[in-house]
Amino acid sequence: MSAGLVEVRGVHKAYGTLEVLDGIDLVVKPGEVTVILGPSGSGKSTLLRAINHLEKVDRGFIEVDGELIGYRTRSDGALQELKEKEILRQRTRIGFVFQNFNLFPHLTALENVVEAPVSAQGRPRAEVEAEARELLERVGLGDKIDAYPRQLSGGQQQRVAIARALAVKPSVVLFDEPTSALDPELVGEVLDVIRDLAATGTTLVVVTHEIGFAREVATTVVFMDGGRIVEQGSPAQVLDDPQQERTRAFLDKVL
Amino acid sequence: MSTVSLHHEEPRLLVGEAPSRPTTDEPRVIGARHPGRWVATVVVAVLLAMVLNSLVTNPKWEWSVVWQYLTWPSVLEGLWGTLRLTAVAAFIGFGLGTVLALMRLSRSPLLRGVSWLYTWVFRSVPLILQLLLWYNLAYLYPQITLGIPFGPSFTGFDTLDVIDKFGAAILGLGLSQAAYSAEIVRAGILGVDQGQHEAAAALGLPRSVQQRRIILPQAMRTIVPTAVNEIIGLVKGTSVVYVLAYSELFYIVGVIYGRNQRVVPLLVVAGIWYLVITTVLTVIQFYVERHYAKGALRQLPPTPLQRARWGLGVAWSRITGAPLPSDLPPGYGSRSLAARGVLTRTRRTEIGGVA
Repeated sequence: MSAGLVEVRGVHKAYGTLEVLDGIDLVVKPGEVTVILGPSGSGKSTLLRAINHLEKVDRGFIEVDGELIGYRTRSDGALQELKEKEILRQRTRIGFVFQNFNLFPHLTALENVVEAPVSAQGRPRAEVEAEARELLERVGLGDKIDAYPRQLSGGQQQRVAIARALAVKPSVVLFDEPTSALDPELVGEVLDVIRDLAATGTTLVVVTHEIGFAREVATTVVFMDGGRIVEQGSPAQVLDDPQQERTRAFLDKVL
Repeated sequence: MSTVSLHHEEPRLLVGEAPSRPTTDEPRVIGARHPGRWVATVVVAVLLAMVLNSLVTNPKWEWSVVWQYLTWPSVLEGLWGTLRLTAVAAFIGFGLGTVLALMRLSRSPLLRGVSWLYTWVFRSVPLILQLLLWYNLAYLYPQITLGIPFGPSFTGFDTLDVIDKFGAAILGLGLSQAAYSAEIVRAGILGVDQGQHEAAAALGLPRSVQQRRIILPQAMRTIVPTAVNEIIGLVKGTSVVYVLAYSELFYIVGVIYGRNQRVVPLLVVAGIWYLVITTVLTVIQFYVERHYAKGALRQLPPTPLQRARWGLGVAWSRITGAPLPSDLPPGYGSRSLAARGVLTRTRRTEIGGVA
């Protein structure tokens, strides 16, 4: 897959006087797995949510495959905010997996996966359903197709959520602490699915606290603190030989 | 008896158990005594018997008159009037109420403001006053015209033709109901987890699909019980329409007892019909709630039919030794108390769900 280029340029975001994102520049190349680490409140989740325009940024811009997210450039160079409909269309190219799964509890696993391709992309239901079955099979839930989310364990729910995010065939999938709400023994099954996904060449951006996962799967590790990117590089560089004091202090605490 | 030695023999026993323990494996269990409960039961039973007795023996209830008028053609006509008013007013009320709720939650300050103003006005003015106002609309606007706002009109009606008794009743009941329904629907929507809104938005679902497929079905779980409450209120609220002399149940009954002076029996007739309507609505409520509980409970509660069938099946098998019904849930019917315990426990886990 060649699509999946994410470019974040000079992004600022403040809640009142609190600078949550304080000038973020980041490029995620197609097919790469970028893992974002950092203490709570460092702006990791906000950055992720900004990429699919769940959060509006105050300054800077974000592009996916060269297409500006949430805005278009007018002939006079100003940025015009897109209509909601346009933004929703852009989101179908960006998968998002939430910390709390956020599956639709009144729909079965299959219906959860089928909803977006049918009603957001207007694809024929029969075709989508066949694909959805395959996807659920791929995340190891072929036998849970008709189960409601509440009948599934946390790990199973998160795997359905991943299948749901993949159903629209996004070029980028964003994971917001996908294993933080899980019991320790369920973390592995979700990480396995993400690892398989990484192997297929889909661009992934993963916010997580799983250092071992970062070391093994990430192409790039980004360390954030106080709304800034403190350090980024290969897992070996950032995790084993951090140059910044902040990174060292954080890794000492979590490792 | 030495507790210490017992603990050694049975290490599974919890520390801090009662000092003396029975030695048998399965001790006899004696339930706690509830003398207060018995006294209360007897008192209530006596009171119930007194009420029933007076209903039967007091000739002034005139039950023969009640039976006679219960299915009297004009009474049935009044009943139909009541049902019609309720249905149409509920339809207008909840239709408009949903629109008002969505307006109130919209990002446009004007829409929010208008919705707020509507609720404020229609909740503040008494229903009876609204009904009379609508009925007298022709005084304010003798003609109703359809056309371009501030421009030419295409067609017009006489207000009196459009807003007759039924029209005025529908407008009064429906519009004031909308004010209450709006708040119920809004509360339901606000009750849906923010994560659901976000997930729907993140998937790129069109706005209308987000509301119709994702948010409203979940909101229904909190909306339905209050909504049925409102509809039951509406059924009885239709009796206010008697001020317009519209032939609904209460008005008809009044007309009849005005003629034959059998006031109490005819009020009982109306009361019985209101009871029947409310009962039917309650049954419908159960099934609607059950429908929207899909996914919210791990296992749906049994329907009254299922419960009746299971109860009879268990009783039958006790008497005749026939096999128990095959679809009986585990733990049902062993002992009523035990069964109740099991059911309560399952229900609790159902609500808790898995983290």
